[in-house]
Parts: sequence; structure tokens; C-alpha cells
Amino acid sequence: MKEIASMHHVTFSYDTEEESSQIQIKALDDVSFTLYEGEWLAVVGHNGSGKSTLAKLLIGLLFPSTGEVNLFLEPLSDANLWETRSRMGIVFQNPDNQFVGSTVQDDVAFALENNGVPHEMMVKRVREALEQVKMSGYVNHEPHHLSGGQKQRVAIAGALALQPELLILDEATSMLDPQGREEVIEIVKKLRGEIGLTVVSITHDLEEVLLADRVLVMNEGKVLMMGTPQEIFQKGKELESIGLDLPFALRVSELLRESGVELQGNHMTEEELVNELWTFHFSK
Amino acid sequence: MLEKMIIGRYIPGTSIVHRLDPRSKLLFVFLFIIAVFLANNVASYAVLLGFTVFVIALARIKPYFLVNGLKPVLFLIIFTLLLHLFFTREGVILFEWKFIKIYEEGLRMGIFISIRFLVLVLITTVLTLTTSPISITDGLETLLNPFKKLKLPVHELALMMSISLRFIPTLMDETDKILKAQLARGSDLSTGSIKERIQAVIPLLVPLFVSAFKRAEDLAVAMEVRGYRGGEGRTRFRQLSWQKKDTAVLITFIVLVAVLAWVRK
Repeated sequence: MKEIASMHHVTFSYDTEEESSQIQIKALDDVSFTLYEGEWLAVVGHNGSGKSTLAKLLIGLLFPSTGEVNLFLEPLSDANLWETRSRMGIVFQNPDNQFVGSTVQDDVAFALENNGVPHEMMVKRVREALEQVKMSGYVNHEPHHLSGGQKQRVAIAGALALQPELLILDEATSMLDPQGREEVIEIVKKLRGEIGLTVVSITHDLEEVLLADRVLVMNEGKVLMMGTPQEIFQKGKELESIGLDLPFALRVSELLRESGVELQGNHMTEEELVNELWTFHFSK
Repeated sequence: MLEKMIIGRYIPGTSIVHRLDPRSKLLFVFLFIIAVFLANNVASYAVLLGFTVFVIALARIKPYFLVNGLKPVLFLIIFTLLLHLFFTREGVILFEWKFIKIYEEGLRMGIFISIRFLVLVLITTVLTLTTSPISITDGLETLLNPFKKLKLPVHELALMMSISLRFIPTLMDETDKILKAQLARGSDLSTGSIKERIQAVIPLLVPLFVSAFKRAEDLAVAMEVRGYRGGEGRTRFRQLSWQKKDTAVLITFIVLVAVLAWVRK
């Protein structure tokens, strides 16, 4: 498996001035992980757990205080920053504040313009990227005529136009309504199937986590645990203690067990739970 | 009233004026504004007015729509006319009633200045009605390109303009939201003395500014991670294409100036 990104003992701290004394706050404390090609890694944690700082370090908006951030097998530095950024895309939280162009196609072309892509190629890439996110019918639309979910899909298209090897979703669905969230997640799932995109999604929505291959749980700047969603949700109590909401199905099945219903196995999705419940009396 | 205002608004369409390159339109309007001052007699003003009507017809803008939209400007024009009528005291007296005296020169000057004003407003309105703000920005950027040598930050200015245009509706929505939120908290914007009303606007402006700065910061980060490093080495997605009809526009201008020079005193 090819490595896409990795962090080695990364610590990041920033200074806050309180009255006269300077206090150093560690946003990240000895974080290490490796991300492989084609993988979907979910980073979860409560507000202030350091997960956004982690995203900023990955795209070089911040540099670690100690430790090393590697992208595409090379340490990230001022020298290769722009070249590295052109190989990855990031979608932020607020759909409005990352829409640079005046129309959908201008926005998708923005990163291409910045990287000096020739015009003919640009037109082709913009068209393809909009097809991939199913926004071809909105080429000339202005941002205020789009829904939040549509704007985020345009943002994804903007990243895809660069043909990135890594897509980072920094709480990209947290400001969307359930329908918009569904749209965005569908697109990301589809893209992974089609072009084998590597995805890092930073989120506090544990439903989204279920789609990931691996999960990194952050708490107070440290890596609390890392594993497959199944492994992580085994430790439901621990997740709840750091302020994360478990998926609905998992909570129901746990509450049922507490009240004496002897369920078999674990239920990540509603479907699994429903299947177990309606066959419950047969298996006795 | 505000919905009817058409100054600065863009109405999409497919007329020949709509399809012209923004550069030729901008250049034409700029030159036309200078040429308007060539007119100095009845014939030359008639040429100007006739030409303007011709352009409006070419752009397929409904006269009714234009008159309705320009009402506030029409008041200003009528006001100018009246000023000239009453305060120019030259030539033969045409009309006298108590203290009001209208002189021939006053009437002539009043009508000429009004036509000049009207023609300027109409032509620039046709420009904005038929050219999208983005195209105007593109056109300006290319036209101003030579001034880069004089260290004029052309690309940056154009980008600033297009981002401002992009954020106008967003900030309007935001203003509306804040307004409703403050109304719900009992703020009162529509009654009281002028001083009280101005004070009531402050709780509206402060959150608006705070959020605008937050947006600006987010946008700057989003632009940076998408590889924005200023105008150097950048390619352009929007391409302008100068066609025969654009050259025709400039030739039309030369013909217009020739006609004006011929008919003027």
C-alpha cells in the first residue's frame, strides 16, 4: 500500500496571553498516524480536540512545533508547499465563505487558474468535475441561487478539477441540512468507487464515521484511539465520555440490552438493528 | 421603488448589444462620453438623441421599462432644466409673468444640457443592462492591462471587484437576518427622531461587520489552499473574443464623430 500522508510525533502549540504570563496551549500532542492510498480516514473529536488543527497542518496552513508532517512521502516545507497543495483538495465548513468565483464554473476553475492550467484543458476539466458531482446543469448559476449542499458539491468539484490524490473534508457537512448532507456524502462515496480517491473527513457526526475505513478519535490534542468503525464503537462508553454522540442504532441497541433484551452482535446501522429485531423471536 | 431601479442592473438577453465584447462596449461608452461634448446646436443634439434611441432599439430594451426605471434620474434632469430656465438671463425674453422671466438662451441651454445628461445616463444604463458585472470586470481588467507597467495593481483590483460583486447578495441576506433578529429583540428602526433611528442602526452594523471580517478571513484561507498566489503565472478561465461586430462598434463611433463634427456649428 502506498503512503499518502503521515504524521510523526507531531506537537503543535500556540501561545495565549493571559494578563502578563504567557501560557502555551497544546492543540496537538504527540500525534502519529499514516494514511494509505484509497483509504477513507475519519477524524472525530469534540470541539477543541485538535481535529481542525490537524487539518490545517495537513495542508500547510500551520507547521508543527515539533515532529514531522509527510505528504506524498515528502516532508511538508515552505519549498514544496504550493506543489503539494496542487495535489490535494480541501472543502471547508461554511459553504458561502469558500465560494470565490461569481458563478459555478468560475469557482471550479479558480484553482486551475491559480496553477496556470491552459485554457482548453481548463474548460475540459471544469466540465468533467461538474459532471462528477452532478452539477452540470448549474454551470452559470450564481452562488446565492444554490442550496448549501449544492455549494459544497461545487467546492468538491473545485477540488476534483485539480485531479487531486487526497481530498480533505473539514467538517464539510456540519452546516448542511440532512438532505444536503446526504447529497455530499453520496458524492464522496461515488467518487471513491470511481476514481479511488483518498479521503480524510474531519467530523463530529458519528453517522458519517460509519462510512470510513478507519477512524482516528482525538481528545484534548491526543490520539485517543484508532481503528475500524466497528472497533471504535465497541468502546461506546468511552466515546460518550468525551462528548461524542453515538449513532442512533447503536444507542438503541445498547439501551435495549440494558433493559434486558438479549440482542446478538453489534448494530452500526438502522438496517442491521431492524433486521435483528424482526427476526428476534425466530432465533429463540 | 427600489425594485424598479435599473441603474447598475443587468438583464440577461440575446440581442446584438448583449453579445458584444465587453471591451468594445466599455471603450465605446468611454469615448461616447467625451464625444457628447462636441454637440453644440440643434442638429448635433438631434444626432446624439437619435443615435441613443437607435442603440436602445438594438439592445431590445422596452422604452416603458427604461422610463420607469430611470424615474429618479428624470427628476434630476427636469430639475436641471428648470434651473437653466429660471437663472439664465441672456437673449430675448420669451415669457414674462410677475417675477418669472424666461429667456431664449435659458430655454436653449436648459434643453441642451438636459439632453446631454439624458443621453449619458441612457448610454451607460444600456451598458450595464446588457453586460453582466463579471464581463465588465473582465473587460476592465484587459483594457487596463497596459497600466500594469505603471505599477497599477490591475489584477488585484479586478479580483477585488469580482469578489465584492459575488458577496453583495450574501451580505444582503445577512443584513436581512440580523435585522429580523434585532427586531425580534425589540429594536425599533422605523420610529423616533433621526438621532434615535441612527442609533438603532448601530446594533445592525456591528454584527454585520464582525461577520464580514470572519467571512473575509475564511475566504482568504480558502483561496490560499486552492493555490492563489497573486496574478503572476495565472491563466484565465474567461476568455474574451474580439469579433468583427466589435470592430464595427468602433467604426460606428468614428462615423458618429464625423457626423457630429459636420453638423455642429
